[in-house]
Amino acid sequence: MGVLSTEHLLNIEDLSPEDIYAVLDTARSFKEVNERTVKKLPTLRGRTIVNLFLEPSTRTRTSFEIAAKRLSADGINFAASASATTKGESLVDTAQTLDAMDCDLVIIRHRYAGSPYILTRNMRAHVINGGDGKHQHPTQALLDMFTIREHFGHIEGLEVAIVGDIAHSRVFGSLAPGLTMLGAKVTAIAPPTLLPARPDTLGAAVSYDLDSVLGRFDVVYMLRIQQERIEQSPIPSLREYAQLYGINTARLARLKEGAIIMHPGPVNRGVELSSEAIDTARNLLLYQVNAGVAVRMALMFLLLGGDKDGLAA
Amino acid sequence: MALLLKGARCIDPAVGLDAVSDVLVRDGVIVAVGEGLSLEKGVEVDLAGKVLVPGLVDMHVHLREPGQEYKEDIQSGGRAAARGGFTAVLAMPNTKPTIDNAAAVGFVVEKAAEVSRTRILVSGALTCGVKGESLTEMGDMVRGGAVAFTDDGRGVQDSGTMRRAMEYAKTFGVPVLSHCQLEDLVGSGVVNEGVASTRLGVAGWPAAGEEIQIARDIALSELTGCALHIQHITTAAGVALVRAAKAAGLPVTCEVTPHHLFLTEDDIDETYDTSLKMNPPLRTTADAKALAQALAEGTIDCIATDHAPHAAHEKALEFELAPFGTTGLETALALVLTELVATGALTWDALVERMAHAPRRILGCAPVTLAEGSVADLTVIDPELTWTVTREGFESKSANSAFIGRTLKGRASHVYVGGYASLDDGAVQ
Repeated sequence: MGVLSTEHLLNIEDLSPEDIYAVLDTARSFKEVNERTVKKLPTLRGRTIVNLFLEPSTRTRTSFEIAAKRLSADGINFAASASATTKGESLVDTAQTLDAMDCDLVIIRHRYAGSPYILTRNMRAHVINGGDGKHQHPTQALLDMFTIREHFGHIEGLEVAIVGDIAHSRVFGSLAPGLTMLGAKVTAIAPPTLLPARPDTLGAAVSYDLDSVLGRFDVVYMLRIQQERIEQSPIPSLREYAQLYGINTARLARLKEGAIIMHPGPVNRGVELSSEAIDTARNLLLYQVNAGVAVRMALMFLLLGGDKDGLAA
Repeated sequence: MALLLKGARCIDPAVGLDAVSDVLVRDGVIVAVGEGLSLEKGVEVDLAGKVLVPGLVDMHVHLREPGQEYKEDIQSGGRAAARGGFTAVLAMPNTKPTIDNAAAVGFVVEKAAEVSRTRILVSGALTCGVKGESLTEMGDMVRGGAVAFTDDGRGVQDSGTMRRAMEYAKTFGVPVLSHCQLEDLVGSGVVNEGVASTRLGVAGWPAAGEEIQIARDIALSELTGCALHIQHITTAAGVALVRAAKAAGLPVTCEVTPHHLFLTEDDIDETYDTSLKMNPPLRTTADAKALAQALAEGTIDCIATDHAPHAAHEKALEFELAPFGTTGLETALALVLTELVATGALTWDALVERMAHAPRRILGCAPVTLAEGSVADLTVIDPELTWTVTREGFESKSANSAFIGRTLKGRASHVYVGGYASLDDGAVQ
């Protein structure tokens, strides 16, 4: 076991607060590396990292891919379309096959909750959950926490609103308990049709009315409204959703002084965020994307046995 | 052939018996119950320290034959029943093809006679193909041996169809067994909607999706006069509906499974153990408590296992993809003894009532009692035997038990069906 108290990152709650700070501190060093002209370290030379993406994803996969390359690991993409899973191969079989190839780390993205646990039961490699169904997306939560901490200098005591399709959000599943663990106060804001049955179990308070509470928050974290979900009619229209829960010019003006806007991307322009709310300097959307690479480098480094002192190499 | 069962504590509330006694069986029928019986020629079995009760019946099992014999078949299911202390089981009709005609009923009856010492009772589908659309030939199936009708596994969604099915079943005086699941509301739900669905990030199966159907079917029982049996009831509010129906004098009964009594949604942890994926799902601790209380007071008439064998490779899938269900035949009695009888929550008399008498009464079967003249379907229990449930220890073809690893106290040691041993000193015959 390395610096972290866990061999895998499947659930944000696998990490202790100390673990989270270790990841965030390490990520800060890697962020500096990413600002250099030559962005590559030899740290994970000879290690094999597999991106097992069984659900379409470009942004997250690319971020992991870049992270692996910057650490000189051999990164392999095992994409859904190219895999045997479409031919009826089970995840157990896929895990055992990858195991036989002696991988060091597997990042899995899958549409079914809990699937990363099937990997840890069937292979020796370290596993990072790159998003499992509606359950968890812990690396997103870590890059969000990195962003918040770099901006405010701390996380404890901050008021964070998470707004939008919380019922279907794995981002919320990791971010709410993660922030709560570090002493922030999280409020889930959405109509009940977009909330899970018991948001309190993930550490969040609830409000249905964005306008009545908006001015209280240091961070307003907007989730993507997935157009395909609208067919199941949890909301009557995108128009009404934007009216009630979208951040537009008027709501920008009513944010708490110093408050920031965040979003996991990709944004539906004009729905959860108006163009003004995207382009404002208060929106850290692209900072989050940038931080994502550094945080994922840090995780790979720490899970594969590195310690902070080794960074000098 | 004569059989003398010596020295067991014989318990049967139907005849007011709870005493150490001998039971003499000749040609499959009990000919004497009393002290100091002897036998000139035949088999004598010393049952000192054991408990002897009327044979247990599990009125809810999936034997998977025809069609899915890799999970279970009539023979292996019958053996699992014997190992668990059951003399008879009621096979559910959602096989492949469905048991929805007399020929299919006949297949199960004949196959059972050939390969199983355990009595295999047959339920027919309420609607063709368990599709909830058109009525099956219930009359033909009753003549062929079917004792009840059910669309178990789905439940009839359309209220008009359910009404007609119940009215028609009434013609033959057989009960309708209802799997209560409102598909509109349940959708793709896989665990109880609430803490578990939120924590695990999977679609919830709300209690209301069950309770609405229970309420509907009780109303239809009142409308049609058809005997209604609610299968695998799981919630406190569902139990309250049945309690009210009984108080109103309606012909309504219900069953509870060991897994809904002894497990809750909190048992499904971050390892996503698919052995705990049930339909209906494991509910809250408060629900499980209400079920145990309702079982003790008699609002819940009987314990049934919903024995649902699945192959290892099917249960090894992602939680949302894995099939619903746990096996139950081989653990039910031991669980009830350990969790309810040993703790004083259920008396021995009540155990016999809920696991032997009530299922026969609901299904219209001849009663079995510990008295002269009764068929010798008997279960003998070793109440002191402590054992651990292991994956390797099952007679069933499948090992998808939600109770692997539990240490239990008490287990069937002998089972007699019509005077013949199907389980002899722990060995399936």
